[in-house]
Amino acid sequence: MIVMKVNGQEQRVEVDPSTPLLWVIREQLGLIGTKFGCGIAQCGACTVQLNGASIRSCVTPVAAAEGQEITTIEGLSADTDTLHPLQAAWIQHQVPQCGYCQSGQLMSAASLLATNANPSDDDINAAMAGNICRCGMYGRIKSAIKTAASSDFYNAAEVTGE
Amino acid sequence: MNKWTRRGLLTTGLVVGGGLAVGIAIRPGNRLPGLAKHVASDHETLLHTWVKLGTDDSITVIVPHSEMGQGAGTALAQMLADELDADWSQVRFEEAPAIGDFANHSMGRGMLLAGVELPDMVVPSVQGLMIKTAQALDLQITGGSLSIRTTGEYGMRVAGAAVKQMLIEAAAIAWGVSPNSIEARESKLYHPASGRSGTYAEFATAAADIEPPVTPVLKTPDEYSIMGTHVDRHDIPSKVDGTAQFAMDVQLPGMLYATVRRAPTFGGGVDQIDDAATQGIDGVREVIRLPAVDGGGIVGAYSVPETVAVVAKSYWAAKRGIDALDIAWTKSGEEARSSETIFAQFARDIASGVDRQADVQLGDLPSAMTNAALTLEAEYQVPYLAHTCMEPLNATATVADGKCEIWVGCQNPLGFRSEVAAALGFEVENVTLHNCMMGGGFGRKAVADYAVQAAQLSAKVGKPVQLIWSREEDIRQDRYRPAITSQFKGAIDAEGNLIAWENTYVDKHEPAEAPLIPYQVTHQDIGHVASPTHVPFGAWRSVDHSQHGFFTESFIDEIAHAAGVDPYVYRAERLKDKPRHLAVLQKAAKAANWDVPLASGQGRGIALQESFGTLVAQVVEVSVAAGQTQVDRVVAVVDPGFAISPDGLTAQIESGIIYGLTAALYGEITIEEGAVKESNFHDYKALRMPEAPLIETHIINSHATTGGAGEPGTPGIAPALANAVFDATGVRVRRLPLNRPEIKLQLEDSRVAKA
Repeated sequence: MIVMKVNGQEQRVEVDPSTPLLWVIREQLGLIGTKFGCGIAQCGACTVQLNGASIRSCVTPVAAAEGQEITTIEGLSADTDTLHPLQAAWIQHQVPQCGYCQSGQLMSAASLLATNANPSDDDINAAMAGNICRCGMYGRIKSAIKTAASSDFYNAAEVTGE
Repeated sequence: MNKWTRRGLLTTGLVVGGGLAVGIAIRPGNRLPGLAKHVASDHETLLHTWVKLGTDDSITVIVPHSEMGQGAGTALAQMLADELDADWSQVRFEEAPAIGDFANHSMGRGMLLAGVELPDMVVPSVQGLMIKTAQALDLQITGGSLSIRTTGEYGMRVAGAAVKQMLIEAAAIAWGVSPNSIEARESKLYHPASGRSGTYAEFATAAADIEPPVTPVLKTPDEYSIMGTHVDRHDIPSKVDGTAQFAMDVQLPGMLYATVRRAPTFGGGVDQIDDAATQGIDGVREVIRLPAVDGGGIVGAYSVPETVAVVAKSYWAAKRGIDALDIAWTKSGEEARSSETIFAQFARDIASGVDRQADVQLGDLPSAMTNAALTLEAEYQVPYLAHTCMEPLNATATVADGKCEIWVGCQNPLGFRSEVAAALGFEVENVTLHNCMMGGGFGRKAVADYAVQAAQLSAKVGKPVQLIWSREEDIRQDRYRPAITSQFKGAIDAEGNLIAWENTYVDKHEPAEAPLIPYQVTHQDIGHVASPTHVPFGAWRSVDHSQHGFFTESFIDEIAHAAGVDPYVYRAERLKDKPRHLAVLQKAAKAANWDVPLASGQGRGIALQESFGTLVAQVVEVSVAAGQTQVDRVVAVVDPGFAISPDGLTAQIESGIIYGLTAALYGEITIEEGAVKESNFHDYKALRMPEAPLIETHIINSHATTGGAGEPGTPGIAPALANAVFDATGVRVRRLPLNRPEIKLQLEDSRVAKA
């Protein structure tokens, strides 16, 4: 039995502890927004946050999540009626095409902005280099991250942090 | 306006479902009752195959194309809504169900008669022919950059205009006024003289009794109010919160998971399976050997080779199970094949020239070559490429009681349905296919093997099965963009004019015009020889243009340099009779500051390519240092005739460029011992954000016949890149990709050629 907190809710799953977290999230918990892309931590489609840091859930055994806090795309926004500023910026810049990689892109971007609310182009490149977009929307993703970073959400957070 | 291409087959009005539902058919022998039961709910009115009006004023456009990222649904809805003068805020779209009544006849017409104008008297028979053709091919295909230029132009716009006219006539009768005195705006009808008004929904039922117009009047560009404007894509909100439904997101009660493996050497089968280790893995249910399927004789179907599958209670167990199998494969006789032996075969077949087929022969090539001041020869090669859609191939099927229900993301729902039915030995009517959003398609998801396997597995185990291919299987069992060798010989006269162009290449697919050049050259001989290999062919974004764009736009660059003329100027001088081509080329050069010199180690390259009815010129800027090429900037100028959705077109061009750059920089599927060597994104690389250039897209609305959007951005990027590398270093790249070790060595050794 593995016990972990997913999007703020305690979850108990009966599963082989070596199973990658990705498949537990999708198959056991039914949170299908997190995607399978490569299975070897090369593409970033499976990105979720473990205690706020981006991880590739396709290579992370569920045992590593025991007692930890996991956030998936379904939990990115604090409540379901409101968009996270990154999601709003994604719509504003019309980022997604096929959309399959975007949960992972958004979770990586959220981890970046959580620790660096005013990232440079190089900071964004470094933080997002693990996320492939085969539709090639890198320019729009970068613009959307900057738009989100300039929103009240992150500027207010910065003030609070001071 | 009154050409045949502007007419739909709007023949009959009909009341459906207790007088509430109304509609018109697109062909004789009204089919609306049948259609309505598939798409119209009790509160909706089916008006034409492609639109329904709800009692709440909603307007739903029914799109016979699949969504794989290109956003065609939104653009097609724009076309219909504009002609209908609909309130855009009330317009939504849904994908047509995979039933034969929604076969895409407009696309059939557009494909077979693109650009051809016919006298009115032959229209009925021509349209009848197209319908038959569409039915025969089970057309519901998304590909060929065709959605807007065929379905949109021949279907959506005509439907929108016709429905508007019917609503106006219904109101005219109700109000006792002339139809000409009624105005339509934003889903409302107005009679200014009497001050009367009403919503479209109010007149939807009455419109059923109106004879549909044979030639609905379409808008001229100055009347467009929704086409050509920016509207947000309707599918995007679900793609930022994780709720978008891809096929892999389907979860059925009692569902099992499966993964598959086929013989690594194409053509091989299964000899023996030792599954002792697999059977010991917790969660594994069955190891299954699926027989080969021949495609059922269906047009466009491929055979599905023999497959080994592991079915388990989770994907992870299935994956561990298949990795633990010890499979002995039968020999296919191709085990000695490698990329190098394949390229050697191409060289032999080109040299022998047996059964060379000409694409174009103009003038007198041999004497032009003899009289030339200078001739130039070059040979180019491109490798096999895989598609690597972000979403690995998958399908979920449940087969029971002689019926199959299947969820899949595919580019050809009707074709997939037929192939699944054939593989199961079912009548097509007993297969229900739900097409889901695709996590990329790029041509791969037009081949039904993964859907067939899922259905076969569910039939075998008697439970719902979700089949998920590993990324490794996805790369090693793809249908590949062919490797090609293309040989050129060009001739220039004493003034540097290009007088002769000779080109022979292997392996022709489509579009037929891909190897042709837009430039004025009096003597031409372009042709191909067959040189078949065992590597299975697949359509890959822009198909033959992906190779020939690189070949022809590289060679014209070489000719320009040989003639001592700036490669942009040299192209422009040969386009005097092609004003649209010239316009995009000139605008690209201007926007990219072509005449402004770059620093040492940097270079600029240009390319021009017409494909799928759209013209694209690209200028690439690169920096080359220590053998590494960084693409700094791409300027693209695109003339699609008219951009229905300018931001959607821009996004498609950006996407096509990154897709093409990935291939040009890194893309190579290597054949070793008859099999694909690469396996995942670590050795089959995709461009990532730090390597992505700034892309600047400019649109020219020339109002020529509408062209496509999904593919035209791809063909020109590789040659523009190679030409830029030459400009920066003097190294001419004749074999892709650019990160081949020998090219890196040449770049490291090169002295900057710009001095």
